[in-house]
Amino acid sequence: MFTNSEIIETIDMLDNRHLDVRTVTVSLSLLDCIDGDPALCRKKVYDKITRVCARLVPVCESLSKRYGVEIVNKRIAVTPISIIGAACGDYIGLARTLDKAGKNLGVDFIGGYSALVQKSATAAEDDFLRTLPRALSETDIVCGSVNVASSKAGINLDAIGKLGEIIKDLSYRTRDNNSFGCGKLVVFCNAVDDNPFMAGAFTGLSEGESSVNVGVSGPGVVEYEIRKHPDHDITQICELIKRTAFKITRLGQLIGGEAAKELGLSAGIVDLSLAPTPAIGDSVARVLESIGLSSVGGCGTTCALALLNDAVKKGGVMAANRVGGLSGAFIPVSEDAGMIEAVRGGMLGLEKLEAMTAVCSVGLDMIAVPGDTPASVISAMIADECAIGMVNNKTTAVRVIPVYGKTVGEEADFGGLFGTAPIMRVSAADPSAFIARGGVIPPPIHANKN
Amino acid sequence: MKAVVSVIGKDRTGIIAAVATKLAELKINIEDISQTIMQNNFVMIMLVDASGSAVPFDRIGEELTAATSSLGVTVHVQHEDLFNAMQRV
Repeated sequence: MFTNSEIIETIDMLDNRHLDVRTVTVSLSLLDCIDGDPALCRKKVYDKITRVCARLVPVCESLSKRYGVEIVNKRIAVTPISIIGAACGDYIGLARTLDKAGKNLGVDFIGGYSALVQKSATAAEDDFLRTLPRALSETDIVCGSVNVASSKAGINLDAIGKLGEIIKDLSYRTRDNNSFGCGKLVVFCNAVDDNPFMAGAFTGLSEGESSVNVGVSGPGVVEYEIRKHPDHDITQICELIKRTAFKITRLGQLIGGEAAKELGLSAGIVDLSLAPTPAIGDSVARVLESIGLSSVGGCGTTCALALLNDAVKKGGVMAANRVGGLSGAFIPVSEDAGMIEAVRGGMLGLEKLEAMTAVCSVGLDMIAVPGDTPASVISAMIADECAIGMVNNKTTAVRVIPVYGKTVGEEADFGGLFGTAPIMRVSAADPSAFIARGGVIPPPIHANKN
Repeated sequence: MKAVVSVIGKDRTGIIAAVATKLAELKINIEDISQTIMQNNFVMIMLVDASGSAVPFDRIGEELTAATSSLGVTVHVQHEDLFNAMQRV
């Protein structure tokens, strides 16, 4: 039997501290759906997704009731469509097929409208990249990503140059909706094959047929525990975060294992990421502040984030059979009440955010910039993040939203989990000649380890 | 299939009676029971065996919530594996 305080602590985490399972994501290979006939390819894709994931939503709802745990999102991640559609060339048709299959199943998002071009792009991948603005603006729940750099391959500046233009195009096409189309596109360095989180989830070529990957949440739980101990020194704070992360991750492991069993799929990884939402008490920024900062964004923020990121991993690794995905602390600006407040108050700027991405799990995430930001500046922003990821052997990403028609001082409200983004100031310096050079930046010397 | 039933709220007469009566109706056996006052709240915790339950596990929580709706308490019914996972190494 458990003690009363153990039971009450668990219930308190779930009911009052926003502990939940952020996503149960089915990773599904579509490699056997490749066909030179567009109609046949679309049919195979639709049939496979709706067959394998038929019970995803009802199973999650049942698990939610059994354990009293909210499962916020149910998602599907498929093999990059740039590969699945290369033989038939009907990328847009496949985007619509994903959208329709996902909606019919009742899932929240379906990811994998993606391409892996870190070294170079094939002719088919170049065609695919050109379809991104249409595909993401003409569908609702399809998410896309492009891996443009890696520690092994270097940085594909040609692709980065194109993505600046693609993001601007997507911003214009979704101008009636605060350019939200850009919120469904992530540009990666060192993308991972088993990420359950959107918008960057896809099923990498190293993955098996299908599996269930889980992402947990719970920054509110960590903040609550830290605030209870104002007298702890920083070593004790690290230990406290580890212990809390252990419990949070165990919840993900339990739900992931049970979901896999009931769906008849193999159990995949648990992503240990602390993922915030705009709700009060569900903020990574507030965790950093609870460690002793008056506001996120000031001096000390990078160090506090580094210790948080590391302690979360150390606690979580022991709690999960297999850890994967992005695992660490997310710092999406619009999705985190503390980040939003810090930007509004002038405490947090792009420069500090960039430094933070060197020690957190991903990168510049859900950041709104003026709608008239030039494509070359967006490309250069991506290039900077790729440099941090490439040199430090970590995943970095950019999910930036140039909000059409808006500028610094205004805000873009995306609704729901995506929150509100104050438009952030971007340096006016012009990097266009740098981006226009094109080519591929060779990988750093430490890539040559053999 | 074992579950933890927890009831949290303001103390008053009839809480245990209401929960126990409904559990008996549903053919769910109470294996352990404790009650205490924590942070000014009445807290009752039961370990129950729901193997012979007359309703599916997913619905036990709804049934107990309905049975205690006039008492101003919050009822949770959670599979014991949740606590094993989070509170035991």
